[in-house]
Amino acid sequence: MNGTADSKPIEPTADWAPSKGVVGMSCLIIAESAIFLMFVVAYLFYVGKSLGGPTPRQVLDIPVLNTICLLSSSATITVALRALRKGETKRFSRWWLATIVLGAWFLLGTGYEWRRLIYEKGLTLQTNLFGTTFYSLVGLHATHVVIGLLGLMLVMAFTLAGWVNQDHAERTHVLGLYWHFVDGVWVVVFTVVYVIGR
Amino acid sequence: MIKTPERVPFLLRVIRRRPPAPHTGIQETGPARETLGPGEISAHTPFECRNDRASAGASSITSWIPPWMFWMAMLLAAPQALCGGQRVDPALVPSMFAPESAPAHSISHLAGFVLAITGGMFALVAGLLIYVIVRYRRRPNDDGMEPAQVYGSGPVEAAWTTVPLLIVVAFTLTTARVIQEVQDAREPASAVNVQIIGHQWWWEIRYPELGIVTANELHVPVSQGGEPRPAFLDLRSADVVHSFWVPRLMGKIDLVPNKVNSMWIEPERPGLFLGQCGTYCGTEHAYMLIRVFADLPQDFDRWAERQKAPPENDPSAAAGRRVFERTACVNCHVIGGARDRRFGPDLTHLMSRSTLASGALSNSPAALRAWINSPEQFKPGVLMPTMNLSDNDLDKLVAYLSTLK
Amino acid sequence: MNDTSHLGEIAGGMPLAARAAEDRTVLDTLHSWLVTVDHKKLGLMYILYGLGFLFIGGLEATLIRLQLIAPGLHVIAPVAFNQLFTMHGTTMVFLVGMPLIFGFANYLVPLMIGARDLAFPRLNAFGLWLSVFGGLLLYFSYIGGQGLSGAGSAPDVGWFAYAPLTAKAFSKGHSTDYWTLGILVSGFGSIATAANIITTIVCMRCRGMSLTRMPLLAWLCLVVCGMVLIAVGPLTAAQVMLLLDRFAGSHFFDTQAGGSAVLWMHFFWIFGHPEVYILVIPAFAFASEIIPVFSRKAIFGYPVMVGATCAIAFVSLGVWAHHMFTVGMTSTGNTFFVVSTMMIGVPTGIKIFNWLGTMWGGKLRFATPMLFSIAFLFQFLIAGLTGIMLACAPWDWQLNDSYFLIAHFHYVLVGAIVFMIFAAIYYWFPKATGRLLSERLGKWHFWLFLIGFHMTFDTMHFAGILGMPRRIYTYEADRGWGTLNLICTIGVAFQIAGVLIMSVNLLRSLRKGKPAGSDPWDAWTLEWSTSSPPPEYNFSEIPAVESRRPLWDLKHPADPDWKYE
Repeated sequence: MNGTADSKPIEPTADWAPSKGVVGMSCLIIAESAIFLMFVVAYLFYVGKSLGGPTPRQVLDIPVLNTICLLSSSATITVALRALRKGETKRFSRWWLATIVLGAWFLLGTGYEWRRLIYEKGLTLQTNLFGTTFYSLVGLHATHVVIGLLGLMLVMAFTLAGWVNQDHAERTHVLGLYWHFVDGVWVVVFTVVYVIGR
Repeated sequence: MIKTPERVPFLLRVIRRRPPAPHTGIQETGPARETLGPGEISAHTPFECRNDRASAGASSITSWIPPWMFWMAMLLAAPQALCGGQRVDPALVPSMFAPESAPAHSISHLAGFVLAITGGMFALVAGLLIYVIVRYRRRPNDDGMEPAQVYGSGPVEAAWTTVPLLIVVAFTLTTARVIQEVQDAREPASAVNVQIIGHQWWWEIRYPELGIVTANELHVPVSQGGEPRPAFLDLRSADVVHSFWVPRLMGKIDLVPNKVNSMWIEPERPGLFLGQCGTYCGTEHAYMLIRVFADLPQDFDRWAERQKAPPENDPSAAAGRRVFERTACVNCHVIGGARDRRFGPDLTHLMSRSTLASGALSNSPAALRAWINSPEQFKPGVLMPTMNLSDNDLDKLVAYLSTLK
Repeated sequence: MNDTSHLGEIAGGMPLAARAAEDRTVLDTLHSWLVTVDHKKLGLMYILYGLGFLFIGGLEATLIRLQLIAPGLHVIAPVAFNQLFTMHGTTMVFLVGMPLIFGFANYLVPLMIGARDLAFPRLNAFGLWLSVFGGLLLYFSYIGGQGLSGAGSAPDVGWFAYAPLTAKAFSKGHSTDYWTLGILVSGFGSIATAANIITTIVCMRCRGMSLTRMPLLAWLCLVVCGMVLIAVGPLTAAQVMLLLDRFAGSHFFDTQAGGSAVLWMHFFWIFGHPEVYILVIPAFAFASEIIPVFSRKAIFGYPVMVGATCAIAFVSLGVWAHHMFTVGMTSTGNTFFVVSTMMIGVPTGIKIFNWLGTMWGGKLRFATPMLFSIAFLFQFLIAGLTGIMLACAPWDWQLNDSYFLIAHFHYVLVGAIVFMIFAAIYYWFPKATGRLLSERLGKWHFWLFLIGFHMTFDTMHFAGILGMPRRIYTYEADRGWGTLNLICTIGVAFQIAGVLIMSVNLLRSLRKGKPAGSDPWDAWTLEWSTSSPPPEYNFSEIPAVESRRPLWDLKHPADPDWKYE
């Protein structure tokens, strides 16, 4: 960084700067993580503190299939993005579709689980502290899956219209980051709700 | 006026000391700076103050502001020395630096210590700042050269990191000790136990061991001589967050719903101590006042006996009692009986208190009448509704309540 | 865009008033500002928005002080008073502080790092308009509905809206909802802008400007935006929970169902404490740019300044419960937060010493920006020391929620932040408009505001020590607070006078100020190399820099900075 008297200033070596999309998305991920963290804290704070109503152990089934679907979708999206970076558009669209299907399956599975909890087990947001924290945390995550899916489907539509090619690899990579984040959050939510909280 | 390197104080000597650079002027716009004679201002000075500066001559602080402004500022600053009004009883002013209870003394001593050290730090740094402003201001006869550029100094920066760190450590240790002293104090057998439940906007006060229920005014025995008789207060809330604050006796502790907090006080002289709710709790937060009476032991016992006694049953006030029971009063207020908890204050010994409505009115039959007639007028937003009693009923009711001593 | 108005700006160099000669209607100008994505215009709009709400918040404060000028006054009804202090606090933090910070960062960061705009210009505009919408939504509450006792629906729960006072049971009507939604929406805008600025700084610095050669303002904006990302989330989360409680019947803060009032406090202050550092670090940034220029010396200890700021940011995430010393935490919990809060005083103090070190041995020029900066140094010193006093938990049991606390945080918010906002306005106005502000009016503004500030906030310390709690709409005469409150209120008149003079100065100088040229202060960072105001594209050629003070190198080719650091 410093020159000595009479020498030239030292030039920084690379002209490389990180991609704007990646940095911007990382910032969003940090902010979203802070929000999720508070819901996780609320969940953990209220574990065992409900004054009545169903408890986690009584009503929760571990969503194994849903989890496998969502986590696999991280793998499929990685394959898709690699394909796009190499310019293999057809391969990309196939794996991208697989990601969407897996993500949609996760959402449907979550919806089914909630239906069972509400109508069969009588657990709602208003029932007790467990209901409040469970639905809000899982629901917040599901909302982010929905938003991610909307983005994925938009890209799918563009792909089907033939507008997506190798030049767009960087931008789709940024969307992929968001999807990985959503999956990462699920790992945390799963651990907190279905492992620790039960 | 530029110091040559040899005359610069030791502390400023750094590894990469550089001689003053001759200023060659801004390249793109304007010529190089001219050398200034004494009292001359550069024609390139962009400031409009050049007229003021030219006429001021000598460089002194008062040339920057007009003298009249300076003296007006002094005059206005003088009233800051006044710390109290005239018709105010100084013994009642709830100053935290007039502690009259053991925990308040602990806090006050800690505060004095911290104040002394921070005061010293202020004097040092502010003094340095004033020195710098005076010593290093640009003089009118400035030669326009840039001063020696100093980029930093390892030893200096290490020094002014270490010293504050040490001070902070000292503060932390002292503070930790006082926290433990006050918060973790053990309750002696002679302590009086009081439960305080905060409501919007009054204080429910119960002495479980003595069987007393009252409101808004706390009586505790004085701790004089060798025998300490602290009062340990359990703090709960029936609705929102409140805070019990009587500065001369102790700092404030909050009353949080769904939580039990505790604090203790140990008044050391008989008398009245003023306080009020210390956390915003809604519309009438300003009128959730507290009065703590520290009584001599015999006075406290006498007060307790009277409070424990059942209510007066004056036959001439029976009509008023019927009004009380017939209208909705009895839904919110208790007089005698099981002394269970209701929405409003216990009225069994209403006339033994010095104020009404948590300090909003002083206690007298006339004030009581006005209050019942229209509580909203004295405490807008109060949860006690206007009862719309006829004058006749109101008179009877007040006559009855006035007998509840 | 499709109008020709921007052609005039390419000519650069012309003060704004001269452009009126072009063929352009008022509507055209308005339209170009409304649809702009230019960081300079957006920055100026943020600043105008912030200054506008500064006046409104000041009006609210004036009404508060008028009610409290003597004991036992009932000029303003309790509900209206409670709305006033709630709106005053909320306005000043969210609608003045945050927009002003983002405004200055928006304007200055690209210019200082040699970029043409922010990384995501459209997101930038989105952030601004989201913030504006949030503020307008909040203020709509004054007229949106009857509310309690016909006083309108403005929120009256205090700016930190403790639970369960905000529950539907205790806060009827929609006043709390206006608070929640207005701030929630503004919060999204803040996160967007923060991400934008971070991306700009990380990815778009000009050639040669490594992170260690960035101006301190850019560094501090980077830190602030990082803190915004981390700190605003908890508030957003808490507000979503509050909305769920109020509308969906959940029990996050419902104490009747076992919920916790303390949980809200934790969430709020996990946001709230970093928030006040988010507000004050830009003031440090301005000081770090202005003080060196008016001392004619480089900033003393650049690496330590950066390091201290990072330390402040990091530690500030761990001190929040010093706002909760009275809530009944264990003695261990209290002690932990005493330690962390005391620790944050060290890097903060270091910065004051570094500014002193910058001035030492310099040649101080007392132009208006420097006057405000010097007052800032004194006042921030006092604010820091009263902060240390508040950090002593047992003493805080007395001082918390009293007028001493109000005095402390106004010393930071007004004495440090507003003073440096004024300094920044006087310093960069010539760059943004091409005209100089009047020094004479500037000095009047400074002295009047200084006197008023001290009259008001010095006396508040004493009122607090005498036991006066905050947020009370009146007080008893037997407490001995009357004279202090009187002096307090009189000080407001001086502050109003100072601010009015500033407004006159701004408006007059826009039309009739002397042309400033590109570098009126003889400064050293890149923004002073452009014309005043800068052309829309900022630099005709992206510069390359070799040191922290590129213009110093240009002005002193025989003695450039890069030889020494």
